[in-house]
Amino acid sequence: MSVVADDVALARTRRPLLRTANIAIAIVVVAFALLPLLLKSYGTYLCTLFCVTLMATYGLNLTVGYAGQMSLGQAAFYGIGAYIAAIALKAGISFYLVLPVAAIVCFVVGLLIGFPALRVQHHYLAFATLGFNILVYLVMRNEEKITGGTYGISGVPRPTLFGLSLDGVLAFFWFTLAATLILIALLGWLLRSPWGRAFAALRDNPIRAESLGINITVYTLLAFAIGAACAGIAGVFFAALVQFVEPAPFHFAASLMMLLAIIVGGSGRFFGPVIGTVVIVLLPEWLRFMQNWYLAIFGFAVVALMIWLPGGVLSIPERFALGKVRR
Amino acid sequence: MGELLQLIVSGTAAGAIYALAALGFTLLWQASGTINFAQGEFVMVPAFIMLFCMSAGAPLWLAFLATCVIAMLLLGVLFKRIVVDPLIRHGVIPLVIASLGLSIGLKQLMRAGYSAQAFPFPSPFPSGHFAIAGAAISYADVGTLLFAAIIVLGLQAFLERTVTGRAMQAVAQNTDAARVLGIDVRRMVLYTFLINAVLAVVAALLVTPAYLAKFDMGDSIGPKAFFAAIIGGFNQTRGALLGGVLIGVLENVVGFYVSPAYKEGVALILFLVVILVRPEGLLGKAEERKV
Amino acid sequence: MSVGADEARARFLEVRDVRKAYGAIKAVDGVSFDVARGEIVGVIGPNGSGKTTLFNSILGQITPSSGSVEFCGEDITGLSPLDLARRGIGRTFQSLQVFVKLSVRDNLIAAAQEFQGTMRSRLLAPPDAGLGARADAMIDLFRLGHVAGRPAGSLSYGQQKLIDIAMAFMPTPRLVLLDEPCAGVNPGLVEELRELLVTLNKTQGGSFVVIEHNMDFIMKLCPHVICMVEGKVLTEGPPRTVQSNPRVLEAYLGN
Ligand SMILES: Nc1ncnc2c1ncn2[C@@H]1O[C@H](COP(=O)(O)OP(=O)(O)OP(=O)(O)O)[C@@H](O)[C@H]1O
Ligand SMILES: [Mg+2]
Repeated sequence: MSVVADDVALARTRRPLLRTANIAIAIVVVAFALLPLLLKSYGTYLCTLFCVTLMATYGLNLTVGYAGQMSLGQAAFYGIGAYIAAIALKAGISFYLVLPVAAIVCFVVGLLIGFPALRVQHHYLAFATLGFNILVYLVMRNEEKITGGTYGISGVPRPTLFGLSLDGVLAFFWFTLAATLILIALLGWLLRSPWGRAFAALRDNPIRAESLGINITVYTLLAFAIGAACAGIAGVFFAALVQFVEPAPFHFAASLMMLLAIIVGGSGRFFGPVIGTVVIVLLPEWLRFMQNWYLAIFGFAVVALMIWLPGGVLSIPERFALGKVRR
Repeated sequence: MGELLQLIVSGTAAGAIYALAALGFTLLWQASGTINFAQGEFVMVPAFIMLFCMSAGAPLWLAFLATCVIAMLLLGVLFKRIVVDPLIRHGVIPLVIASLGLSIGLKQLMRAGYSAQAFPFPSPFPSGHFAIAGAAISYADVGTLLFAAIIVLGLQAFLERTVTGRAMQAVAQNTDAARVLGIDVRRMVLYTFLINAVLAVVAALLVTPAYLAKFDMGDSIGPKAFFAAIIGGFNQTRGALLGGVLIGVLENVVGFYVSPAYKEGVALILFLVVILVRPEGLLGKAEERKV
Repeated sequence: MSVGADEARARFLEVRDVRKAYGAIKAVDGVSFDVARGEIVGVIGPNGSGKTTLFNSILGQITPSSGSVEFCGEDITGLSPLDLARRGIGRTFQSLQVFVKLSVRDNLIAAAQEFQGTMRSRLLAPPDAGLGARADAMIDLFRLGHVAGRPAGSLSYGQQKLIDIAMAFMPTPRLVLLDEPCAGVNPGLVEELRELLVTLNKTQGGSFVVIEHNMDFIMKLCPHVICMVEGKVLTEGPPRTVQSNPRVLEAYLGN
């Protein structure tokens, strides 16, 4: 009896809250979409880069935050997507064909990279994926015939949309923003589906999950593959944005940054990557005047953050609430 | 033939250095469950401290000893107190992230605060070569091997022959049981951190003459230390040695006979093969998951 | 007991001479027993007598050193926990094993969702996988209504224990192995838990094997009890007989 009443009460209080949250999100998105109108082209470029990176970090959040796997190789998939795009787009293949192809290739490679995860965990996995990243980087740098080596591939063309050119910075920003929102919505839907629950079960307790018929092999591999596919898509947009692809942005340091973005925002929180990506994409630009000091401070800030807030920035409200209860 | 022998000797010498870093890694993991992603920077920092000491006029041996003390404080005591102690109860991941952050922080601090250049570092051994069976073997390689062997054997003897060493091993094998036996677990764990710091200084002393002192020199040493530890078997001290030497030799052989461009990839591929085929490592013992 | 009844027992779960050694320790040292369809069997024995290890060997959590397990006439020795779950064998754990960050309700839905549909249909299914009503009924049954929305990891030991048990019953298993379900559960609830298990046994028709140190609980719940000591079956039979067996008294119950 009382249980039912409680539930109803909960639902009643929750619904308006949800609605305000949705409205707030809508306002933020619209404001962000209009922001470049006030910015110069470099600012717009940064906003676009933010969207691109967001696609990759959202994918990584599924792998790391929701499914509880460890990955230090996201930048490798990002790079694979970017190189596929650079080579194919230059060869005149349609962007809209390249996009799914890059996603599928990364999905399949992600499946393969998931295999070590079936045998080892945590730190082993961190190094396995890191190793994969280093290997991909070596290939990008050394296989000059395909990748252009350290000179990279320049002159990557931008796509058109229904005959409209997307060469302008604003047009391409809106195009990328729309794609990012679609990708995030799709991931949101996926995570709300029973699959999302299975990922969380795998993260929280793989032994219990297995004894309840949850195929941890399949979900582990899928977690890597889906995360990798997102990075692949991000890579295609990156190639079209920068129009020049070289190995440097896909060094394992970039993977590290993406992982930090997840952790800083709060791993396994749906909007965590937004905060984390602001930190890794925009903060370095704002703190440019500090030059190399920025990364040093960033590194120690991460250590401090972990010590004070092991749950990430988005865990502050909970921590606050808990603190109140405890005292 | 002489060529191969030469590659093997210099590979073993390089591998011995990886093994030293890997050994510290393994000891930390066994005693306290700490995974230190900043292990490479733990080699880089002492290299620079030794350089500073020498630029202040100290001879190499004095610089080395002084650095051992400084490193024990900085990379041993402070690292444990400030980073590891508060984080270890949250599980492995926050500590992994924090040590990644530490790795970036130390590296960039060195770059921004001091220099991005590579500095030459004096070798503790005489230069030159001698010939055996048609191979030109450098004194530096032999010296490195001997020095590393002395350190490893000394450490082994300490762990097996002394009361403190045995207590440390007991802690590594079963912390709870060790506590019940009246062993001061916290002190033993601290000793492990100190030993790790000293091993890092030794690795720095041996590796820097060839690698040069540079802020990012840890990028290649850190992962290799870990790969060596895994390849050999994480729960086995001997494993780190085998893994290190295996990597050093194979890197040399691949770099010479296949392609120097992929020399860096050798450790990775070996590592990926090992975790797929024998995740407990070549010398490791399999552990069943406890329910 | 007639021969016919014995055969029915044998055809459901048949454990034959299972052994598991850890180095020199023979944790399970040649255990054989049968469980009939719909039967509730109790397992008792002193700490460290190998009960949990026996369960883990049957359930594929660890590989037995030797011996065989048959379920419904099929050899299931060494199958993975996943394969066993799919064959309708559920379990609870002695240690806490819940999905700590998921809500209680999500824990229960997660426990059953993989038993229906395909990967594809589950991707397209509504968020509660159509199991919301069943989960709520189970929550009511275990009196977890007031915490249904809380993360399971934030609840008390006893509550998490109840979630673990409720999860085992979510998918309507044919056989459930429960490892000390009463440990940490308050006395009032123990009585209810017993009634609950009897109800579930009647309504779902499953067979149970229950490890428990609470003798009262075992005596009332299980018509058949096995007593293990040092990895071996000391004796088995109806609870009264086992309880009054002098060797059981000596090794386990005390005087
Ligand atoms: N992974 C393991 N490695 C070594 N020995 C083990 C392992 N697991 C169990 N044992 C040993 O096997 C024996 C049986 O343990 P088990 O957990 O099966 O006992 P139990 O009957 O369930 O006891 P309790 O009533 O306390 O739960 C014990 O002596 C235990 O120490
Ligand atoms: Mg037990």
